[in-house]
Amino acid sequence: MPWTLVFEQLLNGVQLGVTLFLMAAGLTLVLGIMNLVNLAHGSLYMVGAYLTLAAAQWTGSYAAGVVLGLAGTLLIGMLVEVVTLRALYDRDHLDQVLATFGLILFFNELVAIVWGRASLYAQLPQFLRGHVELFSGSSYPMYRLAVILVGLLIAILLWYVVTQTRLGMLIRAGASNRTMVAALGVNIRLLYTVVFGFGAVLAGLAGLMAGPIYSVQPGMGELILIQVFVVIVIGGIGSVRGALVGALIVGIVDTLGRAFLKPMLGSMISPTAAEAAGPALASMLIYLLMAIVLALRPAGLFPARG
Amino acid sequence: MSTRLILWAIAVLVLVALPPVMTAIGQTFYIDLVRRIMILAIAAVSLNLILGYGGMVSFGHAAYLGIGAYAVGVLGFYGVTSGWLQWATAIGASALVALAIGAVSIRTSGIYFIMITLAFTQMLYYLGISLEVFGGDDGMRLKSRSQFAGLVDLNDPIAFYYVALALMLLAVFFVYRLVNSRFGMVLRAAKSNEARARAIGFSPYPYRLAAFVIAGAMCGLAGALYANHTSYIVPGLMSWQQSGDIMFMVILGGMASTAGPVLGTFALLIVEEFLKGWTEHWQVILGPLLVLSVIFFRRGLAGMFYKPDA
Repeated sequence: MPWTLVFEQLLNGVQLGVTLFLMAAGLTLVLGIMNLVNLAHGSLYMVGAYLTLAAAQWTGSYAAGVVLGLAGTLLIGMLVEVVTLRALYDRDHLDQVLATFGLILFFNELVAIVWGRASLYAQLPQFLRGHVELFSGSSYPMYRLAVILVGLLIAILLWYVVTQTRLGMLIRAGASNRTMVAALGVNIRLLYTVVFGFGAVLAGLAGLMAGPIYSVQPGMGELILIQVFVVIVIGGIGSVRGALVGALIVGIVDTLGRAFLKPMLGSMISPTAAEAAGPALASMLIYLLMAIVLALRPAGLFPARG
Repeated sequence: MSTRLILWAIAVLVLVALPPVMTAIGQTFYIDLVRRIMILAIAAVSLNLILGYGGMVSFGHAAYLGIGAYAVGVLGFYGVTSGWLQWATAIGASALVALAIGAVSIRTSGIYFIMITLAFTQMLYYLGISLEVFGGDDGMRLKSRSQFAGLVDLNDPIAFYYVALALMLLAVFFVYRLVNSRFGMVLRAAKSNEARARAIGFSPYPYRLAAFVIAGAMCGLAGALYANHTSYIVPGLMSWQQSGDIMFMVILGGMASTAGPVLGTFALLIVEEFLKGWTEHWQVILGPLLVLSVIFFRRGLAGMFYKPDA
C-alpha cells in the first residue's frame, strides 16, 4: 500500500470532513436549539457557491466575490427564515421536513432559471492554484490545504465563541433546554435569528469553498445534505463538538472507503465482482457507520441534551 | 347513506366512466395520466397507513416502489414474464426488506427514525445505481409487460387502467378495514399517546413493525404496477426526492383519513401536469405551493370534507 497515496486520501478525507463540519455545525445548532429540521440548508450551500461565482465574475476579484457571496447568502438565509421558517417553529418535524423540501425544489429551479442546469466551473485565484510538496515525493493541491486550514480556523473560532463567550453560553443552554432559556428572560427570537444567520453563513462558506472541487450545479446541496444529516446523527444533535468529530469521521471513512474498498475487495474476491460491489459498498459505508453508532449510542456521540 | 359513501360512489363512477368517455372524445392521454395517478395513489395509501395512522415518519418509503419495480424488471431481464410470479416477488421482496429495515428503524423514534429510514433508502438507491448489469444510473427498459395468461392483457391500456383502478380501490378498502380493526386501533392508540398505550398493556413495537411490513408490501405492488406503466425502471424511483413526493401526497390529502392519500395524489399530480404544460421550470412554482400548503392546509384536503383522525 503506497503510503503517500494513503496520506493524500487521508487529507482528502479531512478536507471533506471540514466541509461537512461547516454545514453540520449550523444545522445541528438549528436542530438542537430551534428544534427545526431544515432540509433547505443544502440550498444555502448551493446559493453560496453560485453567488460567489457570479460575484467573482462580475467584480473580477476573488476576494470581493467571497465577501459578496457570503453577504448574499446571509441575506437570503434571513429572508427564508422570516418568510417561511418562522411559521414552522411550532409545527412538528414532519411539517418542517415537507415545507423545507418545497424550499429545496424552489431554490434548485430558481438557480436553474438564472444560471442554467449545466454545471459551472469555479475559477481559482492565482494564489490558491498549484501544488504544495508535503514531504518528498508527494504533492498536494494548494487549494485543498487552504480549505482544510480555513475549516480548522472556523472550528477554533466556533470553539471560542461557544465555550468562552456569553453568546456561546446561551447557545449551549438553548441546545440543552430551550424552554428554560426562554423562561430565564433571554430574547429567544433574537437568539434564533443569530443562530440561523450563523448557520447560513457557514453553509455559504462551505458552498463557495466546495465549488472549485465539486461541481457547481442545481441540486448540489442535496448530494451533501444527506451526509451532513449522517454527521449530525453520529455526532449528536445540538453539539458543535459532535459535529466536528462526526464530520471528520464521516469525511475520512467515506473518502478512504471510496478510494480503497474496491482494490481491497479486488484482492479478496474476483476483480469483476469487486467492480460492482466496491462502489456500492463504499457508498453504503457511512450509513452502516450511522446505524452502528445509533445502535450503541442512540443519542449520538456527544449529545447536547443532558 | 352517509355523505362520505355518496362522494366515494361518485368518484368511483367518474373513474370507471373515464376511459370510454376519453376514447370517445379522442383524449386518450388522460387515461394514461389517471392510470399513473392511481398507481401512485396505492403507494400513498400504503404510506398513509404508517405515517398517518401509525405516526411513523418514514422518509424511505420510495424504496419499496423501487424494489417492486426492479423485481418486475430483473425477473423480466432473466426471461420470467409471468405476472403472478413477478408481482408476488415484488410484494414478497418488499415485505422482506421492510421487515429488515423496520426491525432496526422502529427501535428509534422522532428525528432519528426519519434519518435512519432516509439512510436505508439511500443505500438501496446507491445499490441500484451501481448495478451496471441492470442499467445502473440510466435504468433498464422493460421488454414486455407482466403476462397474466388468459386473465387480462396489460398491453391493452384500458384493461390495464381497470386493473389499476381495481387494485387502488382494493388497497383503500383494505387499509380502511385494517385501521378500524383491533390491530389498527392499537396502532392508532400508540400514535396518539404511546405511554398510555403501554400502560394498558400493548407494546407498540410488533404492531408498528407489522404495519411497516404491510405498507412496504403494498408499496411494492405499486412499484410493480409502475414498472409496467412506464415500461422503464430507474433507480431514481428509490430516491429520497421520490419519498418526499409520496409523503407530500399523503400530507396534502390529509393524514389518517381514508380518502386523503387518494385526494392528495390526484391533487398533486394534476397540479404538476398543469404546471408542466405551462412552463419548463414548474418546480419553482410547485416548491412554494408545497410550502404554503404545509403552513396553511393543516388538515389536508380531506379535512375540508370531514374531520380526520387527530
